[in-house]
Amino acid sequence: MENSNQQHVVLNESDILSAKLQRRSFLQYAGAGAAVVALTAAGCKKDRVTPMSGVTLDFKDDFGVLNYAYALEQLEAAFYIQVASAPPSSFSAAEKAYFQDIQFHEIAHREFFKNALGNAAIGSLSVDFSSIDFTSRTSVLGAAMAFEDLGVGAYNGAGVRLKNTTYLLAAGKIVSVEARHAAYIRDLISNGTFATAPQVSSSTGLDMALTPDVVLAAAGKYIKTKINVINL
Amino acid sequence: MNIVNILEEIEKVDGEIYERLNPRRAAMRDFFNMGKKITLAAMPLALGSVFQKAYGQSTPQAVTDVLNFALALEYLEYNFYNHALAGTPATPIPAGAPLAAITLIRDHELAHVNLLKGALGSAARAPIPYSDTDFTAGGTFPTVFSDYGTFLAVAQGFEDTGVRAYKGQAGVLVGNTVLTTALQIHSVEARHAAHIRAMRTALSGGTTVYKPWVSLGSAGQANDSGVSQVDAVYAGEDTTVQAGVNIVGINGNVGVTKAAAVECFDEPLDKASVITIANLFLQPGKKLS
Repeated sequence: MENSNQQHVVLNESDILSAKLQRRSFLQYAGAGAAVVALTAAGCKKDRVTPMSGVTLDFKDDFGVLNYAYALEQLEAAFYIQVASAPPSSFSAAEKAYFQDIQFHEIAHREFFKNALGNAAIGSLSVDFSSIDFTSRTSVLGAAMAFEDLGVGAYNGAGVRLKNTTYLLAAGKIVSVEARHAAYIRDLISNGTFATAPQVSSSTGLDMALTPDVVLAAAGKYIKTKINVINL
Repeated sequence: MNIVNILEEIEKVDGEIYERLNPRRAAMRDFFNMGKKITLAAMPLALGSVFQKAYGQSTPQAVTDVLNFALALEYLEYNFYNHALAGTPATPIPAGAPLAAITLIRDHELAHVNLLKGALGSAARAPIPYSDTDFTAGGTFPTVFSDYGTFLAVAQGFEDTGVRAYKGQAGVLVGNTVLTTALQIHSVEARHAAHIRAMRTALSGGTTVYKPWVSLGSAGQANDSGVSQVDAVYAGEDTTVQAGVNIVGINGNVGVTKAAAVECFDEPLDKASVITIANLFLQPGKKLS
């Protein structure tokens, strides 16, 4: 635990399911290795939130959601920049070219959110890819799949939070491209897994929709910068 | 305390934990609880009751219209794939990975049909049987079910249209619980599209490349499918300004070329344009309005 003011609370399933806990608590995410997360007690009031280090995602309005997307796109862009600059030696020419493509897609997404947010944009995140072996095809593809599927689930889950149609449409335009990336990478790992269960339910034909707390917990191991979440 | 581990532990005993976690979707949680107690066949119906809960008794007409519009498109897609697989004679889809992929996609489209039908309940539009369709598009694609390459080309058109169609309805669904479900279908259509494109590349032996994402055509046109008859499917896909932000070369990133800017955002298609495309594949007297 890096953070002395973090409180330990015992979680059980009924706590997690409780809307009260979700709504009234704020979550602090500290990266640096394992995602270290402390949920403060359910009674924590908004007025007790003091300025914190790191970046803050305030989900009270659309800017919070856009900054959340901006954070994820920063992470993805940083990953693909590293892959594209030195891909695993077993990558074919076609694979290298497609990873270049994806790199520029993610850079464009990142910069789009930065410009769209303007002064409301969070700062740059520091990433931690120490768990990824960039010389290993298996490691790189596994991480790429995790990022893409997580991104699809994140956008699918966050869409309903957006109140502005223009922003919702922009997010919709991006998420289907992330899904195309995910399908491509999944097929590289094992052809035919572009939309297989459990990522896509075989009974409903639905993709994942994930909440920000779940997404950030999963992304936390790749992010050094502390991400504070409020008003979720 | 590591929440990732906690979630993973819970997930081992409760596969639906992620869905449960969303407090805004308490109605969905009820549904998933219910899902454990009822048969799969009854699930779409159960989902319908969830939507009714979310809305009270009156689903806004605009939302009903969107869901029925989506249902019509899913019927069309389902019939297309199902006829290729189950028609006499069946489309010569190679055994192995290609046949498995088309079967998976067909099954997803059927699942979407059942999901939407269940959600709409008594407000659901009439089913579209295969006999109402004409996948030759009035003779434009006479070999659609006898030639595997033509079949894949039309499939790509359907999937890319589907992705655009769902996006085109975002404005009606903004802030609505139904939006999440629509997005969850939308991204699956995009996964299908990416894979169909890869199947076309594989069929050509790699001599013709169809990127998994919608790029620019070889002459710089919006339609990258190589099939000029489906230009309408790709109209406007070459947009490079998003929410007032110019994407080409954004913030000095010269690697973000026009092609990259086109690829990294999929474009919506308005309802009227989608209906025009869908009607190409429906018999006279059976067309959507």
